[in-house]
Amino acid sequence: MPALEILGLQKNYTVGFWRKREREALKPLHLTVEDNEVFGFLGPNGAGKTTTLKLLMGLIYPTSGSARILGMDWREPMVKAQIGFLPEQPYFYDYLTAQELLEYYGSLSGVPAREQRRRASTMLERVGLKDAARLQLRKFSKGMLQRVGIAQAILHDPKMIFLDEPTSGLDPMGRREVRDLIHGLQDEGKTVFFSTHILSDAESLCDRVAVIHNGELRGVGVVAELVHRGKAADETEIVWHGLHAAEAIKHLGGKCRIVGDTVRATLPASQLEAALERIRGSQCKILSVNPVRTTLEDYFLETVGVSPHSAIEVSR
Amino acid sequence: MSDSRGTVTFALLLLVCFSGSVISVHELDRLRPRATLEEVLYLPSPTIIKRLSLGFEGLVADIYWTRAVQYFGSKHLANSLNYELLYPLLDITTRLDPQLIPAYEFGSIFLTQPPPAGAGSPHEAVALLDRGIQNNPQEWRLYQDLGFIYYVELKDYPAAGKAFAAAAELPGAHPFLKVMAARTLAHGGDYETSQMLWRALYESAKDPQIKTNALKHLIALRADEEVTELEQAVQLYRQRTGHAPSSFADLIQAGILVRIPVDPKGDPYEMLPDGSIQIHDYLQLPYIHKGLPPGKQPSDFDFSRP
Amino acid sequence: MITRIAAIASNTFREAIRDRVLYNLILFVLLLVGSAVLFGQISIGIERIVVINLSLTSISVFGVLIAIFIGIGLVSKEIEKKTLYTVLARPVRRWEFIIGKFSGLVQTLVVNTLFMTVGFYAALLYVSHGLGKTDLIPLTAIYFIILEFVIMVSLALLFSSFSTPILSAILSFGMFVIGTFAEDLRNFAVIAHGPMRWLLTAAAYIVPNFASLNVITSVAHDQPVSLALAMQNTVYALLYTAAVLCGSVLIFERRNLK
Repeated sequence: MPALEILGLQKNYTVGFWRKREREALKPLHLTVEDNEVFGFLGPNGAGKTTTLKLLMGLIYPTSGSARILGMDWREPMVKAQIGFLPEQPYFYDYLTAQELLEYYGSLSGVPAREQRRRASTMLERVGLKDAARLQLRKFSKGMLQRVGIAQAILHDPKMIFLDEPTSGLDPMGRREVRDLIHGLQDEGKTVFFSTHILSDAESLCDRVAVIHNGELRGVGVVAELVHRGKAADETEIVWHGLHAAEAIKHLGGKCRIVGDTVRATLPASQLEAALERIRGSQCKILSVNPVRTTLEDYFLETVGVSPHSAIEVSR
Repeated sequence: MSDSRGTVTFALLLLVCFSGSVISVHELDRLRPRATLEEVLYLPSPTIIKRLSLGFEGLVADIYWTRAVQYFGSKHLANSLNYELLYPLLDITTRLDPQLIPAYEFGSIFLTQPPPAGAGSPHEAVALLDRGIQNNPQEWRLYQDLGFIYYVELKDYPAAGKAFAAAAELPGAHPFLKVMAARTLAHGGDYETSQMLWRALYESAKDPQIKTNALKHLIALRADEEVTELEQAVQLYRQRTGHAPSSFADLIQAGILVRIPVDPKGDPYEMLPDGSIQIHDYLQLPYIHKGLPPGKQPSDFDFSRP
Repeated sequence: MITRIAAIASNTFREAIRDRVLYNLILFVLLLVGSAVLFGQISIGIERIVVINLSLTSISVFGVLIAIFIGIGLVSKEIEKKTLYTVLARPVRRWEFIIGKFSGLVQTLVVNTLFMTVGFYAALLYVSHGLGKTDLIPLTAIYFIILEFVIMVSLALLFSSFSTPILSAILSFGMFVIGTFAEDLRNFAVIAHGPMRWLLTAAAYIVPNFASLNVITSVAHDQPVSLALAMQNTVYALLYTAAVLCGSVLIFERRNLK
């Protein structure tokens, strides 16, 4: 049974004061997420990612369509007991301490009263906030709030977790911790659905991704397959010590980059064996041999309809 | 869209609870018919109310004025004999808004008249009007009303005449007032003067309740006058024939009367065996002093409907 | 269901307590009660009446201010700050949220009133040099004032569920003022004619009937309040509040949170 089935969810907003126009925040969306998957929902800002999540959480109502979460109608109140949600840029009652907040949320999620305190402490420890348990939330940094957000999302041991931009605003260490956490959740048998525009996170975490743009689904695919498309399989990268073989490699059609006495060369995969022979022949020490992968970014930009070259111009 | 069964439940609940609250309000009004008004008796003074009005005295005065009118109206409808709150209500009204002329005028009539036509406190009415005149020295109506009280209830004709004379001096005063002043001093108490007085009030009053009241007094005066004339006719007959007439027909035959006399309500006057005159239905003619059934005192009861 | 409502209620209560505004107001009232004692010493013979009048009026006014001040933000603040997202993503029904918020603020006001009552009786003790049975009469007035609070909280909550704080404050305050004159409004309605009559009659019942809940003046003169009146007032307050809460739920259920 799929963990999540989105069946044509659609959201239009009426905008304008005098002449009412319809803004399509989300065109009818059809999407399935399998059990125990880590699913990435990618899109540029304003694409409709948050709208989708708000619809699923019942914070806004769809213009049409429905969804099934864990086999139940998404509107069922009991669904909420089995899912966790982390909103984008979360804000919590700033007059509470982290411990109090989690105990409160625990009681709302049906955690038994005697369990609440213990569960809250455990969660705080898990997200690395043990020392801040008695600190008022108004004193928390952004990164700390994000962690509290994750803690409250998994507090009640839900089967599926929805995260909206879970790594936004975090430093590399924080991002790493979140990624580890998500891996951990998958290991526990849970399903994770998260939206992000940080593609490297998606690449390293997700089993499958969907790309959304302007409220419309543009593509769905398995990450492993997507990054091997295009000319990815055609090139290899070799890194070695020693400058002698560089010239020879160039003749084979490779491009070299030299830093000190380390050479990094990219060349057609068909020439791999020849190149290795040359390098070994020069008694250079080979450090690594890797196929060159297109990143998820290429796939993303392609799907969104922007070619890699023009993308550079845009970002400048 | 959200769960429609829940919506219907709450909408129904809303309707039921709101209807229940309306019924409850009716019950509350029934349980405490005069409470809001009676608290007036407990308030330390109108000055305190003025302070509490926080600058909105005019509005609060209007509210108390409406309450005074409502109070009097509902008491009057029930033929109550107790109007103890009328003066305090009018007092507060006029202290909050000293220029609210209708309040003084209302008080002058309905504080003065004996119950159930009014509160029966002419002195309170005089006090109210004195204050009214103090605050509105150019308002000729108030002097007229003051004169009225002295004339009708207190029967103090010199004071009445003085008030009418003062009124006559003021700009916009009804030309009648000069005549009124003179007549009061000279013939205070006779029918003609009284009728002039009530007619003037009837014509100048703006308040419909005052107007109606004045009309009733005019009719009563006319009836009293006619009864007096009929009594004189009976007396004349007695002098001529030596015995009392048995009916009006006798008087007509004797050439004293022209036709069967009819009271202002349209009912024929009745003649009792001893020759005295009686009104057919005294309940229809409030404020009359003559022609009442034997033993009945003139009492200013007004059982008639407007 | 009850656990969730109770949890939301006690959290709302906790928020109010940690919101330092509450402490200031209590302090203010205690100060006022103290000045009432002073006031009473200037006008001889009626200290007791003045203390009762002033204290009960302050309790009423400040309580209503708190009810409005906090009430108008009960829902709108949560939507504005998005603290509501993580709450509604849990198995909390929207109507449970409304009832919980309502209960929490009422709880706050009851506790607040309790403190004020203690202060009031302290002042009364000082002025009357001892308490007797008649001194229990003001308790009915205080109970009625609490009923007023219950109604005002529900109204402030209603406005909070669909409008901005400033507009909610104006509307709530307006309802309070007009509600004080609800009886007069009904009198006007009886006299009026035509469409105005229907309008006024509707208004007279939609507006809360505070006229019957205000017994401060008679209580100050030791006039006891009848049991029938107390019961009917309770019934009214419950029915009216329930109706208004239903309105809040209906509005809030429909809202798309930004």
